[in-house]
Amino acid sequence: MRKFRYLKEVATLELDEERCIGCRRCLEVCPHGVFAMRDGRARIIDRDACIECGACARNCPVSTVRVDAGVGCANALIIEWLHEKGLFRNRSCC
Amino acid sequence: MPQVSSQLRFADHLGRWKVRWGIGRNSCMVPPGLYAIGSPGPEAPVVVTANYKVTYDLVRSSLGGRDIWLLVLETFGINVWCAAGKGSFGTGELVRRVRQTGLEKVLGHRTLLLPILGAPGVAAHEVAKETGFEVRYAALRVADLPEYLDNGMNTTPAMRELTFTLAERLALVPVEWVLSFKFALPATALLLTVGWWLNGFSAGLTGSIAFLGAIAAGTVAVTVLLPWLPGASFACKGMIAGLLWSGCWVLWAGENLSLPTLIGSVLALTTVSSFYALNFTGSTPFTSPSGVRKEMRTAFPAMASALIIAVVLWIGV
Ligand code: SF4
Ligand code: SF4
Repeated sequence: MRKFRYLKEVATLELDEERCIGCRRCLEVCPHGVFAMRDGRARIIDRDACIECGACARNCPVSTVRVDAGVGCANALIIEWLHEKGLFRNRSCC
Repeated sequence: MPQVSSQLRFADHLGRWKVRWGIGRNSCMVPPGLYAIGSPGPEAPVVVTANYKVTYDLVRSSLGGRDIWLLVLETFGINVWCAAGKGSFGTGELVRRVRQTGLEKVLGHRTLLLPILGAPGVAAHEVAKETGFEVRYAALRVADLPEYLDNGMNTTPAMRELTFTLAERLALVPVEWVLSFKFALPATALLLTVGWWLNGFSAGLTGSIAFLGAIAAGTVAVTVLLPWLPGASFACKGMIAGLLWSGCWVLWAGENLSLPTLIGSVLALTTVSSFYALNFTGSTPFTSPSGVRKEMRTAFPAMASALIIAVVLWIGV
């Protein structure tokens, strides 16, 4: 999806390249081509494309990818926020 | 073992149409478990999917003419992507379902094919540890499954990349539109009554049309025009669509209205459109929670201010 870009420099994605074992799982599961392999290790090549879905972090066998995963949905975030304030009890959207 | 047909009947198409238009959206489930498409043997591939009827129908119809096992997980009628985000399409459910269906006795191989959009919920290495099955993330779209299977189970880069084409966006329009009605219909009725009561029926009517148009700008126009509206922020895209709409509305109905009323209306209509556009973030596959949070932090105060100014202008200081 080269055509659409969301906000820049907000993604919370982190990768500890030193501990990567080069299994390529993160490349397989990322829907936005955020990772690439270089010298047998994963690298982040397009952090701004990350939607924080958490697929890479969940599937990394050595837990070297970290991200604050969640849904990028205003409706769900509003409901979550209202929950925190104790104002609202309901199921979130998506 | 339930045998399923890969042919969709009229009732299935009707069901999908109803789901798109938000009719009985929550009652679209298939019982979870193992299904056979064609007459699969122990070496036939296993495709894992959600028990959302629409997904299940797409999968079985795209696999027509093949011999395949279909392992349906209990996601409570929710699609793979949303269920994976919630965790119901997840490691726990997959492991449980593999055990419950006795999959290792049915099969000669140890590979499960999963949709890539299910990956946020499933830890492949944990599934392997628990069940001995290797998880392979096959493709993102159901439509690519046949090619993936014919391709010796190789995922091409295109099968791995999310798209959001005009056709894919158009499919969302009815859902967005119908979901907006929950609030929009009573609000329009209220607007019509209040306008009628204050300034006569035609004022109430133009006011309601203005409001419905702003909602259409924020939902339908933003969905369709997404790549062409400037800015990365959805609130900003919605603002522009709202300004365009309120411009049209002013040209059409603004003749007899005072300047403060017009400015107030433009502010309010733009806010409505912007809010609906921001809400659309949940339906797009390229927004991150951090990004949406950031947008909300700037957009909500701006919207609140615009509405307050609008009300002040309307009342006429
Ligand atoms: S969180 Fe999702 S989008 Fe971001 S890098 Fe990981 S897999 Fe890719
Ligand atoms: S999943 Fe983890 S270990 Fe595997 S390539 Fe990616 S970062 Fe490296």
